[in-house]
Amino acid sequence: MPNIVVLVKQVPDTNARIVVNGDRVDLSAVKKVMSPYDEFAVEVALQHREAAGGEVTALTVGGSGADKVLKDAKAIGVDSIVRIDCEDTLDSNALQNVLSSVVAELGAEVVYCGKSAADTGAGSTGPGLAERLGWASVSNAINVSFGGEITAEIPSTGGATRYAVPMPAVISCDKGGLKVRKPNVKGIMQAKKAQVDVRSVNHPASSVTVVNHTMPPAKPAGKSYEGGAAASEVAQLLRDEANVI
Amino acid sequence: MTETIVIAEIAKGAVHPTTAELVTAAHALGGQPVVVVPCSDPSIADAAAGIAGVSRVIAAKSNVFEHYDAAGWASALDAVTPAGTIVAAATSQSKDLAARLAARRGISVVQDVVKIDGNNLTSPIYSGKAMQTVSLSGDAILTVRPNVFAASSGDGGSDVAVVDTTGDMATAVQEFMARATERLDVAEANIVISGGRGMGSPDNFVHLEAIADTIGAAVGASRAAVDTWDDIPHAMQVGQTGKMVNPNLYIAVGISGAIQHLAGMRSSKYIVAINKDADAPIFQHADYGIVATWEEALPVLQSAFASMMG
Ligand SMILES: Cc1cc2nc3c(=O)[nH]c(=O)nc-3n(C[C@H](O)[C@H](O)[C@H](O)COP(=O)(O)OP(=O)(O)OC[C@H]3O[C@@H](n4cnc5c(N)ncnc54)[C@H](O)[C@@H]3O)c2cc1C
Ligand SMILES: Nc1ncnc2c1ncn2[C@@H]1O[C@H](COP(=O)(O)O)[C@@H](O)[C@H]1O
Repeated sequence: MPNIVVLVKQVPDTNARIVVNGDRVDLSAVKKVMSPYDEFAVEVALQHREAAGGEVTALTVGGSGADKVLKDAKAIGVDSIVRIDCEDTLDSNALQNVLSSVVAELGAEVVYCGKSAADTGAGSTGPGLAERLGWASVSNAINVSFGGEITAEIPSTGGATRYAVPMPAVISCDKGGLKVRKPNVKGIMQAKKAQVDVRSVNHPASSVTVVNHTMPPAKPAGKSYEGGAAASEVAQLLRDEANVI
Repeated sequence: MTETIVIAEIAKGAVHPTTAELVTAAHALGGQPVVVVPCSDPSIADAAAGIAGVSRVIAAKSNVFEHYDAAGWASALDAVTPAGTIVAAATSQSKDLAARLAARRGISVVQDVVKIDGNNLTSPIYSGKAMQTVSLSGDAILTVRPNVFAASSGDGGSDVAVVDTTGDMATAVQEFMARATERLDVAEANIVISGGRGMGSPDNFVHLEAIADTIGAAVGASRAAVDTWDDIPHAMQVGQTGKMVNPNLYIAVGISGAIQHLAGMRSSKYIVAINKDADAPIFQHADYGIVATWEEALPVLQSAFASMMG
């Protein structure tokens, strides 16, 4: 019965307006939620437990404010919740370093995570963690199934490739046709009472330093037209002005 | 002079042209670009040797490179890639590889770089709602968004050294499932035409397909279209929980321009919007906005393209 870990990260709601104050993004007024792909990772982890037994632990790296995403995961159905206490901004090397040590402590055999976090958009954590642990990994997985080994489909040129992924493995999850379950009343009650297992781990210094945050360069106002007949002029401009046809 | 390593982008068994953009990025970092080509047939490395501004090419030859496996590729490349800062393409496969290779070397990875200014690297964060600039101390791996840097142009002609390597494959390919249609995937295409809920019915996507076939585009969709109609698969979805696309041209038809849709396509080089509502947010991001119904606009667009393509 596999010992399953799912990584969940707290990020600004994807509907939120992002503002830069001075030279840093100001998130003080922004609602925080579980990163959308992590919801899919939680769903796949729970499906794995249903198919094979075992336990699911949700793991996050963050300050005490991040307990909220762990409680959300608990309400949906994970068995235990663990937070690596760290308020610092970590680069990929430092983050994966602390994750790999706690994943090893937890005795996990499979880790599910989101294909990319809604804040960084990077998609580095799953494959990087797997490499540190010496495990197999696949990224952007859909249609994950669990027999003696895990199989997952990964989009590839011209279609998709189905892989057999031996455990131990890290699988970063995309949406595919997944429907995620919502918490029920019992889950929400249990989550209220649940204890977060808080761990502290030393992390290496980051070699990537944030210089500043800026707003994206404003796009010059485009040309606008009324009526469908203008489509013909636009087609000409796409060829002659934009050179994209 | 120090060397900056470029991992050639491989697509359909050949060196992809975006590799010439990676060479430009390597020059911007200040270093002689060495291109490493993962291959089972080293003759494909000649294309990399033809790129201007490349100091040398290493054809990393192994049967590991016949099918993608992150662990196998990272170990086989690590064995033959010199130390230093590494540049790769920000495609889904190469981002995955970059992350594994960086972890293997205990260095950091910076994904989706769109600007290099000396030691400062800029990438979009919060799905493009802000930009982050970071500086590096020490070696790192960075991935560079396609279609952002100019391709290194002019004549090349560097030497190719073929080096045998091997790696530990962790996963096994069971089956390749070709897409039902011949049409391109949104993430791979230079032109994408997408439909939203405003298309009214999945049957009306044939009008988008006709244009796509005329100009060699992929057909995409908004989440509302994917969620509402079973015939529109999630693989077509562009946006926060769909695919991130970065084509030269993105045509949005009957799409309002919700923030999560913009997240997946706002970095497209040119954006055309066709929407009947002049106040639709998509128009704020369009280079060419047409306020019209698709019923009016698409036939005109189709015949204009058809006559251009001859
Ligand atoms: C966590 C999260 C993740 C999400 N991820 C994504 C994502 O990945 N991708 C995504 O797209 N969305 C995503 N969404 C949904 C997003 O918020 C919007 O609901 C969605 O993009 C709306 O799709 P739409 O523009 O097709 O539909 P609508 O918003 O309903 O817009 C339809 C548009 O069509 C126009 N129209 C109607 N009839 C015509 C006509 N005859 N001719 C021309 N125009 C017409 C209307 O004026 C309108 O602007 C996400 C939402 C959340 C909360
Ligand atoms: N601080 C964190 N705590 C827990 N999980 C994380 C954290 N950062 C990243 N992850 C996981 O790794 C995935 C990819 O993140 P990223 O590599 O930043 O795109 C996320 O979707 C999460 O599942």
